[in-house]
Amino acid sequence: MKTPDTLDRQLPKAPTGIAGLDEITEGGLPRGRPTLVCGAAGCGKTLLAAEFLVNGVLQHGEPGVFMSFEESSDDLVANMRSLGHDLDVLQAEGKLVIDQVKIERSEIEETGEYDLEGMFIRLDHAIRRIGAKRVVLDTIEALFSGLPNQALLRAELRRLFHWLKDRGMTAIITGERGENTLTRYGLEEYVADCVLLLDHRIVDQVSTRRLRVVKYRGSAHGTNEYPFLIGTNGLSVLPITSLRLDHQASGERVSTGVRGLDGMLGGQGVFRGSSVLISGTAGTGKSSVGASFVDAVCARGEKAVLFAYEESESQLIRNMKSIGIDLGRWKAAGLLEIHASRPTLHGLEQHLVAMYDIVRASKADAVVIDPISNLVMSQPDSSLQATLIRLIDFLKQQGVTSLFTTLTHGPVTEVFDTSGIGVSSLMDSWIVLANLEFNGERTRTMQVVKSRGMPHSNQVREFVLGDHGVELVDVFVSDQRVLTGSTRKLREALEART
Amino acid sequence: MNAAARAVAGATTPEWQLKLYVAGHTAKSMAALDNLKHLCETHLAGRYSIEVVDLLVNPQLAAGDQILAVPTLVRKVPEPMRKIIGDLSNEERVLVGLDVRPYVRPSR
Repeated sequence: MKTPDTLDRQLPKAPTGIAGLDEITEGGLPRGRPTLVCGAAGCGKTLLAAEFLVNGVLQHGEPGVFMSFEESSDDLVANMRSLGHDLDVLQAEGKLVIDQVKIERSEIEETGEYDLEGMFIRLDHAIRRIGAKRVVLDTIEALFSGLPNQALLRAELRRLFHWLKDRGMTAIITGERGENTLTRYGLEEYVADCVLLLDHRIVDQVSTRRLRVVKYRGSAHGTNEYPFLIGTNGLSVLPITSLRLDHQASGERVSTGVRGLDGMLGGQGVFRGSSVLISGTAGTGKSSVGASFVDAVCARGEKAVLFAYEESESQLIRNMKSIGIDLGRWKAAGLLEIHASRPTLHGLEQHLVAMYDIVRASKADAVVIDPISNLVMSQPDSSLQATLIRLIDFLKQQGVTSLFTTLTHGPVTEVFDTSGIGVSSLMDSWIVLANLEFNGERTRTMQVVKSRGMPHSNQVREFVLGDHGVELVDVFVSDQRVLTGSTRKLREALEART
Repeated sequence: MNAAARAVAGATTPEWQLKLYVAGHTAKSMAALDNLKHLCETHLAGRYSIEVVDLLVNPQLAAGDQILAVPTLVRKVPEPMRKIIGDLSNEERVLVGLDVRPYVRPSR
């Protein structure tokens, strides 16, 4: 999209304005040609088509005609209103025409020869009236059940698609998915330029919607199946592979909120806009480190968003108070937003879209997700892991410093093999928390596994959760090993005596 | 044949009000009008009115009666509304579609 090659210049495109779809199609649908959108019932065809029109009007000044063969225009207006678009206003302004075509088989008797010129005249009239550039026919296949003469209908449809092309209309034609064909009545035979396939499938009782560009003549396009969602702002497709790594890297450093940890990271903390992963087994203090980070962000007067997937907001505030971190005051000051929900509330993609919306709306400087592993828990699907990558990249592009906690399982020695969800390679800094069991007691330890672009300590440090948040304790080395817990205290006492 | 063309026969408020939608002077539309006139004179003499609507002249009228196919004959009165599409060449089916009892010449 950003670097149009010669091919793209030869084939003009009409942006759909649908998040992600324009990236997959490298600019939008073929301008001046019909595109077929097919899929089973309830997979979002009508919505995609309607958004294409509305965005055309609002973002590109291209009026549109919506010819509906199924839904009544009142229903369509009501449905789009729930997504924040008022079609009535657009109609009144003369930028949109909704023409509902009703065809009742029982009302119609057929005798002798006829053609569908009436439909052409209606469409032509609507197009001329508002100077339309975009047309939607949803779902023209309804005609097949309304008109008995299928041969004539096919001939007329072929004529219609040519007619649309001749007039330079960028059109979307929707079609119901058939048994072995893309559409029940084989519309793909007539619309050969661009075909999008929508799919709605349920895996492990979680439903996910997917979109695929089946063909796009004369243009490069993403070939994968992409998850898409219907959120409060309409449809959004989540492409991953088309995203480029071109975010600006900031040289500014920000504190992690744990003073000793900043010291381990070259004394200055992490880069602004970088991503930090905190991994550890249960009870190693991940959430506390996350809260310290939030505390530091807000103390600088910046905005933070905390997504909590394990604790409720009040529980989190109460618990963090016990270690001397008062998140409540930042919330009251309007610097902190806490969004607590169960990961099972939505599918992962829906969570991600909710996050996009929240981060965009709040203009946050920092985001904490605690824990990210819970989101993936219910979804072993590898394609969904890729959408997680997309989130991390999104945050980086926005220049948001992000901290993710992740729960790892198994013994400490295996912690290095996995970050729990396989995203460690995307993270700029990776800090591993662990509980060491030694001499009849457990000690919390922290180590920096990696931190890109800065010198960092290779020591395993002990830390305590005290009244002042997360604090690293001084290192005592004795008999060529780091002392922890009570042996450290003993040593400290011994040294104090001498 | 223009849009306002009205062939009214009989009373001011005829029992049968028919509207024929056409698109220009095509062979099909001329055939439909001829067939309709002949049929009405035969079976509904003095009790009908025919309004011809040319959609090329008045395209905005197509949406109101949900016209897709041309020619389309619409029976507005008596209710309920009925539609017959095609050039009306099959008289029997037109009569069925309009729900008209064929006029049988009294034989003495």
